[in-house]
Amino acid sequence: MTLRAAGRVRPSGRSCPERAQLKSGAYPVMSLAHDDHLDAPTLTGPGPSLAGVEDFVALLKPRVMSLVIFTALVGLVAAPGGLHPVLGAIALLCVAVGAGASGALNMWWDADIDAVMTRTQNRPIPAGRVAPGEALGFGLLLSGVSVMLLGLATNWLAGGLLAFTIFFYVVVYTMWLKRWTPQNIVIGGLAGALPPMIGWAAATGTVGLESATLVAIIFMWTPPHFWALALIKSEDYARAGVPMLPVVAGEDETRKQILLYSIALAPLGVLPAAIGLGGWAYLALSSVAGLAFVGFAWRVYRLREGVPARRAAGKLFAYSLFYLTALFATILIEKSLGVAALTAPFDGWM
Amino acid sequence: MAEEDGVRLTTEQQRQRRRRNVAIAWALGALVVLFWLVTIFKLGGNVLNRPL
Repeated sequence: MTLRAAGRVRPSGRSCPERAQLKSGAYPVMSLAHDDHLDAPTLTGPGPSLAGVEDFVALLKPRVMSLVIFTALVGLVAAPGGLHPVLGAIALLCVAVGAGASGALNMWWDADIDAVMTRTQNRPIPAGRVAPGEALGFGLLLSGVSVMLLGLATNWLAGGLLAFTIFFYVVVYTMWLKRWTPQNIVIGGLAGALPPMIGWAAATGTVGLESATLVAIIFMWTPPHFWALALIKSEDYARAGVPMLPVVAGEDETRKQILLYSIALAPLGVLPAAIGLGGWAYLALSSVAGLAFVGFAWRVYRLREGVPARRAAGKLFAYSLFYLTALFATILIEKSLGVAALTAPFDGWM
Repeated sequence: MAEEDGVRLTTEQQRQRRRRNVAIAWALGALVVLFWLVTIFKLGGNVLNRPL
């Protein structure tokens, strides 16, 4: 059974300047307009399912979910005013389930490219353990439940933001941008950046400059983070026909873009200390960590050949995870300890 | 197998179906508890603020 036979609508063969470039490359690139590139044995057909509970858990992308929960928690805790801890925990659960639902819908749509990438070919759908229709139903059900419960438990601004995030990740990023443009993760990164704003909205019923700053940090962090991974895994992406920047524009251009985004990210990471979100510890840590981020990006820019180049990209990828976690954890710790935030430049304005 | 016999599940398929059913039951139970908690904590002390 093919994906089409499973009721899945394939993306149409739309025009894309990068795709022609992609197909002329050294890699055997799969046609995105081709409908039947997954052969019968690779997908589960109708009939009794062998899917285990753990396969449905895998559809939720638990590792991605953990970062989403963490950033949403920071938005929730950093927000002024108090949401009852039980309602706060339920709000976080809703954000987590919503993120998981996005993951399931992403895997439903991307089963064809997951099947040809080594990193993803053992996911439940390409491995044939879960049928595409099961994943679709599972994702839609969890999306609806998470948005409804968040709206009821907190407010409908938070519920609406969660619905928008799921929509943006699944429709705008997965279905549209990912296979169309090398700017896919730049724009699509907004979906991964929104959880702190959802947490903030759940606690306050508003979205402020503070939550927008947290969103901006993750938004600016996403391109260097994923492009560092793409430098290491570019063959995988090329084989799958995903126009990641290294595949389409070349590795040198990717290294330049990584450096530029890192230079933009470093001061942005310090901004919370200027708008009442962070204290002295945050100011010190974000300054040093931001400089180190640019340092790692500079090494990726300079080292372009062989093992040292791959190692530099790998180090930047790992450090970027540490960087974001450290910044948000510092805000969380300072707020939890009641450390006074710095507000000097805008004192009295907000 | 005659057509009227229908689909016969293998032992493994039966085992996985049972596990899925148990997981669904737990999820539904958790949802009931969550709605109950939301109701209680949204009401808070206001539940006592009414004419008796």
